[in-house]
Amino acid sequence: MAIVRRVKRLFLYELIRGFTLTFFYMFKRKVTLNYPYEKGPISPRFRGEHALRRYPNGEERCIACKLCEAICPAQAITIEAEPREDGSRRTTRYDIDMTKCIYCGLCQEACPVDAIVESPNFEFATETHEELLYNKERLLANGDRWEALIAANIASDARYR
Amino acid sequence: MPKLTIDGTEIEVAAGTSVLQACEQLGIEVPRFCYHDKLSVPANCRMCLVEIEKTPKPVASCAMPCADGMVVHTDTPTVHKARKGVMEMLLANHPLDCPICDQGGECDLQDQAMAYGFDRGRFAEMKRAVKDKELGPLVKTVMTRCIHCTRCVRFADEICGTPELGGVFRGEKMEIGTYVTRALSSELSGNLIDVCPVGALTNKPGAFTARPWEYQKTDSIDVLDAVGSNIRIDVRGNEVMRVLPRLNEEVNEEWINDKTRFACDGLKRQRLDQPYVRRDGRLQPATWDEAFTAITDKLKDCAPAHIAAIAGDLADCESMFALKSLMQALGVNNIDCRQDGAEADVSTRAAYIMNSGIAGIEQADAILLIGTDPRHEASIINARIRKRWLRGGMRVGLIGASVDLTYPYRHVGTSALAINDLISGKHEYAAILKSAKNPMIIVGAGALAGEGGNALLASARKLAETFNVVREDWNGFNVLQLAASRVGGLDLGFVPQAKGLSTNGILKACEQGDMDFVWLLGADEIDTKRLGKAFVVYQGHHGDKGAHRADVILPSAAYTEKSGIYVNTEGRPQLTQRAAFPPGAAREDWKIIRALSEKIGKPLSFNDLAQLRDAMFKAAPVLAKIGHVEKSAWVNFGAEGALSTLPLGTAVDNFYMTDVISRASPTMAQCVAEIMPVKTGVAA
Repeated sequence: MAIVRRVKRLFLYELIRGFTLTFFYMFKRKVTLNYPYEKGPISPRFRGEHALRRYPNGEERCIACKLCEAICPAQAITIEAEPREDGSRRTTRYDIDMTKCIYCGLCQEACPVDAIVESPNFEFATETHEELLYNKERLLANGDRWEALIAANIASDARYR
Repeated sequence: MPKLTIDGTEIEVAAGTSVLQACEQLGIEVPRFCYHDKLSVPANCRMCLVEIEKTPKPVASCAMPCADGMVVHTDTPTVHKARKGVMEMLLANHPLDCPICDQGGECDLQDQAMAYGFDRGRFAEMKRAVKDKELGPLVKTVMTRCIHCTRCVRFADEICGTPELGGVFRGEKMEIGTYVTRALSSELSGNLIDVCPVGALTNKPGAFTARPWEYQKTDSIDVLDAVGSNIRIDVRGNEVMRVLPRLNEEVNEEWINDKTRFACDGLKRQRLDQPYVRRDGRLQPATWDEAFTAITDKLKDCAPAHIAAIAGDLADCESMFALKSLMQALGVNNIDCRQDGAEADVSTRAAYIMNSGIAGIEQADAILLIGTDPRHEASIINARIRKRWLRGGMRVGLIGASVDLTYPYRHVGTSALAINDLISGKHEYAAILKSAKNPMIIVGAGALAGEGGNALLASARKLAETFNVVREDWNGFNVLQLAASRVGGLDLGFVPQAKGLSTNGILKACEQGDMDFVWLLGADEIDTKRLGKAFVVYQGHHGDKGAHRADVILPSAAYTEKSGIYVNTEGRPQLTQRAAFPPGAAREDWKIIRALSEKIGKPLSFNDLAQLRDAMFKAAPVLAKIGHVEKSAWVNFGAEGALSTLPLGTAVDNFYMTDVISRASPTMAQCVAEIMPVKTGVAA
């Protein structure tokens, strides 16, 4: 057996086996993606960056019921509310600490008006901590930017809800 | 004493007890909306249905008196089916707006729908909608949510005595409202919010701000009048959001007045959050050390006879005891806790408390009010008198200004001289007092503070003795105080010592330039112009009249921010608890005084609250029994003299603004603007 081992070593048998395998992979389908130019598919239920939605007429959906704040297991949501000039119930402050958030999706489950949602966006890494402390303005802007996708996702998932 | 069986358990109850009450005694929960312990029974919500053997249909347990041999079932399929039916009917017209409803989280309908609600609606028709009613600045209405339990209507009729609410139209079109749009004029209207089982009547000043699960709840005592209502303070963060009543049958039952409930937003405004020292004629921010130095420097040059201290209406016993100890250490005799200038005899406890207790009103069968308007001076006590009056067989007499008390009374006279008419039997009300089994006299603190207060006190005592108001088993002689601190201050002897000066004397000395140094412990209701050139130290929590005049301001804690003993008008010591922290550099009152005593070089003997209370209980043992009233011995008090011929006025002109906290409250200011015109009849 020692002789066979020495002959294999002399003719670089293992190297050849390895390179052969590598060579055949050249003809297989690629599994890597050229991120950020290419991205993988994501589920309509994907839980990414949060957004506050509006109704088609521009009215914000959130009614300050505070159910998301109550259910949030990481206590990442802070809400303050008061009557708006027209007497309707609206938030004056809606903050999410995205560094506390565990992306469990309970906030969007709790929301009776589909106002707070987790959008399909997952690319919101920042350089500083402060940038991840979202306020109402930022969340509404997210909602405006992602509304088309969010609405499509909710519609596609509607019959399972 | 009927004996009945409920769910297999036998129970014997007092005659007249309803089946629902019997269930409650056994700890069996029966759902209800319209039934309320303190109100009459209309039995219109039908939620409390139970099954009683030998009756063909389920029975509304709240209106069914217990009978001997009754067999009641509360947990059968029939009962559940009946209750589920009732719930479905209620929900047919109730909007599904729990997420925007302020009652959400503490709603009877929401809770009971969890137990008896169907998981989907079968009502496909249009839900009804009702226009909201305007009930003034305190109660917000969303009338679509109303389930027509009529608790509010009964509360306004029976407890408030202002029958302003009622139902119009019939059946599905029924609406609860005020007929003619106007603000509710009752002082107890805030209780409508608690009484309403759904979100139809909610807290207007606190609308939409917080959810019930966000609050930290602290049991405490109200100090804005002398009743000492038991309250629960709800705090979010460090902010007092709302005040709710706590059940105490002896004191406030389960009601509180609107000032107690809504003045809490005054705790956030006009607060003193750091010491100030007057330099070059202007109050300038300072450190505690600078403030203390300014005081000690001044005290060095003052002789004890030229130093004085006045305690205000919101002071707790601890701070008054600390201040009295400090003044004693300095050899000062000029101290007084009666900033209204009252000088009536307070040598014995029976002369300044409600001897019968508030609950004693329910045993009285004739009540004579002297120089008091209980509706505005102590609304809760007025509600008790009204409750007693509603039961029948009790007649009220009044000496003083004729006011609307929400129940009829016989007007005996306008000045204190009318007391003599009663003693001599000249007035017809004397016969009522004479024939009464438990007669009661309530003397207002305002009347005692006026001219000839001491003589009035003596005649009131004589009146009490003439009509057998004071017996072995009954003491119906009552003084109705106005200030939460008063009875405590008098118990502690915070009155002129050894020929010292009283409030009037102190102010007179100030005017004449004989007083160099005046310490105001939250005393704002004095005429600050009379302080003259005296060096004034103001220790308190709001920037009001006293702070405006002060040379040194020491910021302290309000009643929600400290644990302190307050003695109510019946002489019941009660303990407040800290619900929030005082703002900025403000500290608890006794700590400020203790720290200053160190600086002066005469350190007080206590280092913490427990030691202070030990020393205080030794000095005034009546304070030690928290929550209990000590019976006071009946001895001679008051000095006979000429009674004033002037008409007795009312002590509280503006119910909504009586102290620094309510004066700083925007809600109270709104009440003054919107409710006062309704009360005085200025508004159409």
